Amino acid sequence: MFKKKMSLLLSMAMAVGLLAGCGAKSASTTGDIKIGVVLPLTGAVSSFGKSGQNGIKLLEDQVNKAGGINGRKIKFIFEDDEGKPDTAVTVGTKLISSDNVVAIVGPLTSGSCIALGPIATQSKVPMITGSGTNPDVTIKGGEYVYRACFIDPFQGSVLAKFASGDLKAKTAAILYDNGNDYSKGLAEFFEKGFIAAGGKIVGKETYATGDKDFKAQLTKIKPTKPDVVLLPDYYGTVGNIAKQARAIGINAPLLGGDGWDSAELFKVGGTAVNNSYISDHYSANDTASLVVAFQKDYKAKYNLEADAMAVLNYDAAKIMVEAIKTSGKTDGQSIKAALQKTNLQVVSGKVSFDANRDAIKGAVILKVDASKFNFIKKLVP
Amino acid sequence: MGGGRQMEFLQQMINGLSLGFVYALIAIGYTMVYGIIGLINFAHGDVFMVGGYFGFFAATMLHLPFIPTLLVAMGGAALTGVIVEKIAYKPLRNSPKLSILITAIAMSVLLENLVRLKMTTDPQTYPETLLPAHVIRFAGLSIDNRQLIIIGMSILLVVILQFIVFKTKTGKAMRATSFDKDAAALMGINVDSVISITFAIGSALAGAAGVLFGILYSSIDPYMGIMPGLKAFVAAVLGGIGIIPGALWGGLIMGLVETFSKVYISSSYSDAIAFSILIIILIVKPSGLLGKKTREKV
Repeated sequence: MFKKKMSLLLSMAMAVGLLAGCGAKSASTTGDIKIGVVLPLTGAVSSFGKSGQNGIKLLEDQVNKAGGINGRKIKFIFEDDEGKPDTAVTVGTKLISSDNVVAIVGPLTSGSCIALGPIATQSKVPMITGSGTNPDVTIKGGEYVYRACFIDPFQGSVLAKFASGDLKAKTAAILYDNGNDYSKGLAEFFEKGFIAAGGKIVGKETYATGDKDFKAQLTKIKPTKPDVVLLPDYYGTVGNIAKQARAIGINAPLLGGDGWDSAELFKVGGTAVNNSYISDHYSANDTASLVVAFQKDYKAKYNLEADAMAVLNYDAAKIMVEAIKTSGKTDGQSIKAALQKTNLQVVSGKVSFDANRDAIKGAVILKVDASKFNFIKKLVP
Repeated sequence: MGGGRQMEFLQQMINGLSLGFVYALIAIGYTMVYGIIGLINFAHGDVFMVGGYFGFFAATMLHLPFIPTLLVAMGGAALTGVIVEKIAYKPLRNSPKLSILITAIAMSVLLENLVRLKMTTDPQTYPETLLPAHVIRFAGLSIDNRQLIIIGMSILLVVILQFIVFKTKTGKAMRATSFDKDAAALMGINVDSVISITFAIGSALAGAAGVLFGILYSSIDPYMGIMPGLKAFVAAVLGGIGIIPGALWGGLIMGLVETFSKVYISSSYSDAIAFSILIIILIVKPSGLLGKKTREKV
């Protein structure tokens, strides 16, 4: 008798629990406008996430001080994806269904963008990433996914042209993470561009995400005597590889992409990363007025130097805010329509979207030396 | 041209051996615990990680030089191992093997998340000054001095272990207990103490490996023990679970196989190859390379 009562009680409790999940999902027309943000606040690329968060919080202050959007304040809800695609899906879904955000800024890493994009499109929530550079982000992401930065085919070819034309490199070796969409993609596009420029790839080795020991692969690369070595990965791993490479006597200049751009690179890599060149979205030495103003505001609020990830995320958030303002509404379709028509001058350049919802932006080449990223040249597509 | 190939081979040998010794140090801990209470201590890889963090604190907060850092890490890891044994494994000593196995997995997750709570998942960097890297160049070889130090340190620790196990009374008690727990108790050996000492020594070695790993690869994070722990487990099984020299050989073989498969087969498949060793050894010789075929006598 007791068992029967208990099981009846439990099944009623479960049924109620099921119903609790149903909530009327409607975009509210009053109160703060909620915008979700997915960033790697912890994990291997946490320095990117923290810079991005700083940039977006700065925008939040500026917009709300100026009265918000059409009289309503904006509120960014930050979630941490730890730099992992699975976590991005989990927290992104939470933002969409539980927090009812009108839009999403982020994720930051290409892998996370590719994972979350299709879900945003399915839920008709516009998503804009400031830094996911792999082409699949918008190809696989679908109609509601926008990208405010250049794509890796462009980045790879920029690096290849620089290596071949400016550094006069005839041979190159590549060491990349074949479990990371960004790393794999950039390696592939560099290879295409370098061969097209007449160069030869003398070594192509891989490792798995999270690997710490690269001695075997580096020892294999060393006798091929490459003129340059490409390390298309994030700063933490790159710093480690650079140290091991220098320790076994590989002294060729190293090349990298925007994943290198963090002050943490020097903490891990030390002097091993000197004599390297990277392609990037932004240079701290840029003298454009918007850049200087941003750097001043950022320094005033955080007492830190603004880096690429702070700029890119600030810009992406700004583009989204402008789109919401222009559309005058808070439903996904209207915001997306406004987003498509964007033509805005932001800190990292002029942004408008092509047919693939990618931004057409230029790149800069920076030299890595003595704990600084120094501007070398600017290239436009 | 032939000389160059030989040099590269030798260089890869050193790469493989230094990696292999790190695995061996962890594997010895697995094998000692299995030998004495028949448990695969899945939390052992995380004791390795905890040792790495203890060393990190010793080096960055107390600014200790290399040897004291190593000792602090070994002590901290030993303490962690003994505490885990006392609160999680001892109460289950007479329970079915499955219960204690699942508890070990739970302790593993607990350790990872405790460290993660305190330190976040951001990788921490070992200070360069702890053991500065010098490249030793001779005869066309470029050797990282730290790899040689790791090999030397590991050999020293294994020799000390052999001394303890074979030349001291404690070691005798450990061997007796692993042979037959009940008979040892009847002989007046304090089985609880012996088990704790076994955990302490095994964990201390893993802690040393954690520091050496942190020095060689610069960064530590809460999940760094998962992969090396798994590979060390394979190493222990490969050499014969329960047999200490087996763990040593198993570790070296795992390190060499991983390194050489990266070079001569494919850097993408090296992990798959290393783990397929586990499958092969269990099919061909489940008792391991140095293991004897034990038959249950009725």
